[in-house]
Amino acid sequence: MRRLLIAIPYLWLLALFLVPFLIVLKISLSDTALAIPPYTPTIDLSEGWASFRAFLTGLDFENFVWLTEDDLYWKAYLSSLWIAASSTAITLVVGYPIAYAMARSPDEWRATLLMLVILPFWTSFLIRVYAWMGILAQEGLLNQLLLWTGIISEPLTILNTNTAVYIGIVYTYLPFMILPIYAALERMDDSLIEAATDLGCSRMSAFWLVTIPLSKNGIIAGCFLVFIPVIGEFVIPSLLGGSGTLMIGKVLWEEFFNNRDWPVASAVAVILLLILIVPIILFQRNEQRAREMDE
Amino acid sequence: MVNAAEFEPWSDPDAVPLIRFQNVTKRFGEFTAIDDLTIDIYEQEFFALLGPSGCGKTTLMRMLAGFEAPTSGTITLGGEDMANRPANKRPVNMMFQSYALFPHLTVRDNIAFGLKREGRDAAFIAARVDEMLKLTRLERFGARKPHQISGGQRQRVALARSLAKAPKLLLLDEPLGALDKKLRQDTQFELMEIQETTGTTFVIVTHDQEEAMTVASRVAVMNEGRIEQVDTPDRIYELPNSTYVADFIGEINLFPGTARRTDPPAPPDGTAPAAAKSESQPPANEAAGWLVSRLSPIFGEGADGKSGAPDGPALLPRPDGLEIDWAEGADPIVVSNATEGLDGGAVTFAIRPEKIAVSADRPDLPNAFQGKVIDIAYLGNVSTYHVELPTGQIVKAQTANTRRISARAFTWDDTVWIGWTDTAGVVLLR
Amino acid sequence: MKRFTWFNATSLTLGFAFLYLPMVILVIYSFNASKLVTVWAGFSTRWYGELMQNEAFLDAAWVTIKVAVMSSTIATVLGTMAAYLLVRAGRFTGRTLFTGMIYAPLVMPEVITGLSLLLLFIGIGLDRGVLTIVLAHTTFSMCYVSVVVSSRLTSFDRSLEEAALDLGCTPFQAFRLVTLPIIAPAVISGWLLAFTLSLDDLVIASFTSGPAATTLPIKIFSAVRLGVSPEINALSTLMIAVVTVGVIIASLVSKRAAVARARDDAAAARA
Repeated sequence: MRRLLIAIPYLWLLALFLVPFLIVLKISLSDTALAIPPYTPTIDLSEGWASFRAFLTGLDFENFVWLTEDDLYWKAYLSSLWIAASSTAITLVVGYPIAYAMARSPDEWRATLLMLVILPFWTSFLIRVYAWMGILAQEGLLNQLLLWTGIISEPLTILNTNTAVYIGIVYTYLPFMILPIYAALERMDDSLIEAATDLGCSRMSAFWLVTIPLSKNGIIAGCFLVFIPVIGEFVIPSLLGGSGTLMIGKVLWEEFFNNRDWPVASAVAVILLLILIVPIILFQRNEQRAREMDE
Repeated sequence: MVNAAEFEPWSDPDAVPLIRFQNVTKRFGEFTAIDDLTIDIYEQEFFALLGPSGCGKTTLMRMLAGFEAPTSGTITLGGEDMANRPANKRPVNMMFQSYALFPHLTVRDNIAFGLKREGRDAAFIAARVDEMLKLTRLERFGARKPHQISGGQRQRVALARSLAKAPKLLLLDEPLGALDKKLRQDTQFELMEIQETTGTTFVIVTHDQEEAMTVASRVAVMNEGRIEQVDTPDRIYELPNSTYVADFIGEINLFPGTARRTDPPAPPDGTAPAAAKSESQPPANEAAGWLVSRLSPIFGEGADGKSGAPDGPALLPRPDGLEIDWAEGADPIVVSNATEGLDGGAVTFAIRPEKIAVSADRPDLPNAFQGKVIDIAYLGNVSTYHVELPTGQIVKAQTANTRRISARAFTWDDTVWIGWTDTAGVVLLR
Repeated sequence: MKRFTWFNATSLTLGFAFLYLPMVILVIYSFNASKLVTVWAGFSTRWYGELMQNEAFLDAAWVTIKVAVMSSTIATVLGTMAAYLLVRAGRFTGRTLFTGMIYAPLVMPEVITGLSLLLLFIGIGLDRGVLTIVLAHTTFSMCYVSVVVSSRLTSFDRSLEEAALDLGCTPFQAFRLVTLPIIAPAVISGWLLAFTLSLDDLVIASFTSGPAATTLPIKIFSAVRLGVSPEINALSTLMIAVVTVGVIIASLVSKRAAVARARDDAAAARA
């Protein structure tokens, strides 16, 4: 009974999560071929051990070497990291005051505000990104508004630039930043701020010396929750970004669907995962520490 | 306990109070937390605000700290109006009920927090923090974070932090509420010692009457935004001015009834001096004369609607003997330490359980009633007998267990006599 | 006694305006009569009518709902089992690997999950269609379900289960009669989460779907790549409306439950 209970989800994840990932790893070491599937070598199970040896010798790091030689790839990685880092910073600056204001709201308001932050989660991501296309377009609402107020005389090109990508990222990932910061601030004992004031702090210095350090875990968690998924983001750069927007998720997609270069796409995926391991481990460590602080 | 002869600025008319609340009212919307309150607190006092939760004592303290502003009235500290002084600019520090220790800072940094805000130099801060750590016996824990020390130690860190800036006034909000009973008692004495060494004025908020009685030089008993009585602990206990205070502090038996003057008073043996003593206004104990001066103004309002006080207070040369009719068919309670002019008025006679003697035979006391033991609460050092009188009233009488329990004289359902002298209780008008 | 300061009121107003204005604009423009999406030409429900005539969209919507119902239901069963294992099973061989496999899909970029599953399906020769999308969606959403359910299980008083065992239940009965009713709200929100994740998913579905089965997000994506279209505005509005109504109903139900519980508590306290 217990064995069965363990076996079902375990085997499911092994078959549909771990094995596919090993396949990606394997294909990233293979060569492109004009065949179906479009790579060599493949394992022919009917030929047994000999085939397996031939298979092993057929693997090499050629694709990875290729990734370092063509500057498209490492530029895309760097650009993804840069866009993820700077949009995380913007999201923090936008999200912190909102989380702070929510935590300091009257009790009867807080549940409603929290629901309003969570509600967009349930709305289609694709639609939320799409909504900005009509606003940011050359003849879109933002340009109409700016022209009407006289701030600009020529419509700005925002859609299909990195600016639009930043706006899209901040917009769609804002709740991920707000929620952990709100949770940290909401848990904070108000008397700590009073104690700081009592000991001579102005409101500003109490904020920097007490509120910010005590919401540190929330800030770190929020930053990782934005940073990690943004690195591999595909929808936002492909809808809001332009030809100049280099993000690795988009590169992988195009490599796979447009160029049909499966081994290179797999190699791109493997490197992307290696890049992600560092922030994921840091994130886990932060969560661990936050839990220990609670106890 | 503070010796009354040495330190009693409140009875010196020339003394200048450190804190002065004048007609302070605080409203939160419809709710009146503090109602036209006036009070003086003097330098070096250990002043306790005592009352049930919601009585306004915490609001009063938060107004002193600067976290709440009064709706009307003025608060002065050292002669200066505090109205426009924000909390961070007041020479007042507070020890929070939750301690409010900064969890991200070490014990040392918590204590140094306020000093750093003052912009003191590092050497001064280090020396002062060491001094505070020593004062609170926390030398070994300076490098720890608040969650790495025990509750009692946290309490001492909070105290050290609030004392570090050497404030004129230290506010303590239920400082011992989170500690268990044994630790609380030890800490009470520590607090008193620290208050004495530093000479700081302490204002403590508590709902624990025992704590207030132990530590304070004066206690203010609060109820629904008003102060019921401000006095030294012994007077609060022995001479409460209302049934509210009498009932709130310790245990008490209350006998509501009607006063009737007996002329002349007929004190039995051994109690006569009490009446004579009253004329020289002695400071403590069953000081009848003192009660006269306390109760006269109260009596003025109380009598108007009730009895009209036919004889008038001024006619009586000295406190009169009273008999209080408290129940149909029961002997009246004889009192010789009451105020003048109570004749015919509605009063409540209040007496503490330990002032009531329990005996097998009728005692030779002016007040003696027979009853049945219905319950005995054994508390170790004392036992409280619940004695039911024929009128149905249950009287609590407390005796010290000087003998072993097996040698106890009475048990359940025994018929016993209870009795007390004519000066053992107080007569209350409200 | 907290009140709104002007600073807090301002940041909340600006913040929620930023979060909601784009969607409000989208909804308003879905009623625009003009084909030019940025020029207002009067109120019309024309695009809703055209949407209802669009067979391709309707087919895709049907496929999406089928996939979402199937994958979220399987994911809820598997995810609840996984959560139970994580919280209750203690040590078993490969526990660390199992925990890793539960948490990894949460942070795995969708492009990688999609790519790897596609390569698996090709490797074993499985034709891409509804089945492959269901398998893919089940795999990543069961991890979300197990996170939701295990957080509820962690805060759940274990002695309740022990009491059931003590009173003669088999472990399975204890789970069915005691544990499951108590964690039911978490299981339901897990199902809803899995359902929405499946409805929303574009990237993984793009990798694992074949020509035989196209989901709504894939359809929308290929349409909006060419630019803003009034039909998509109308479709988005419908989807937003469904979600909003759903969330409002859910919050009303849970609020009523909370009120009932508070009333019961008060009644119990009086008794």
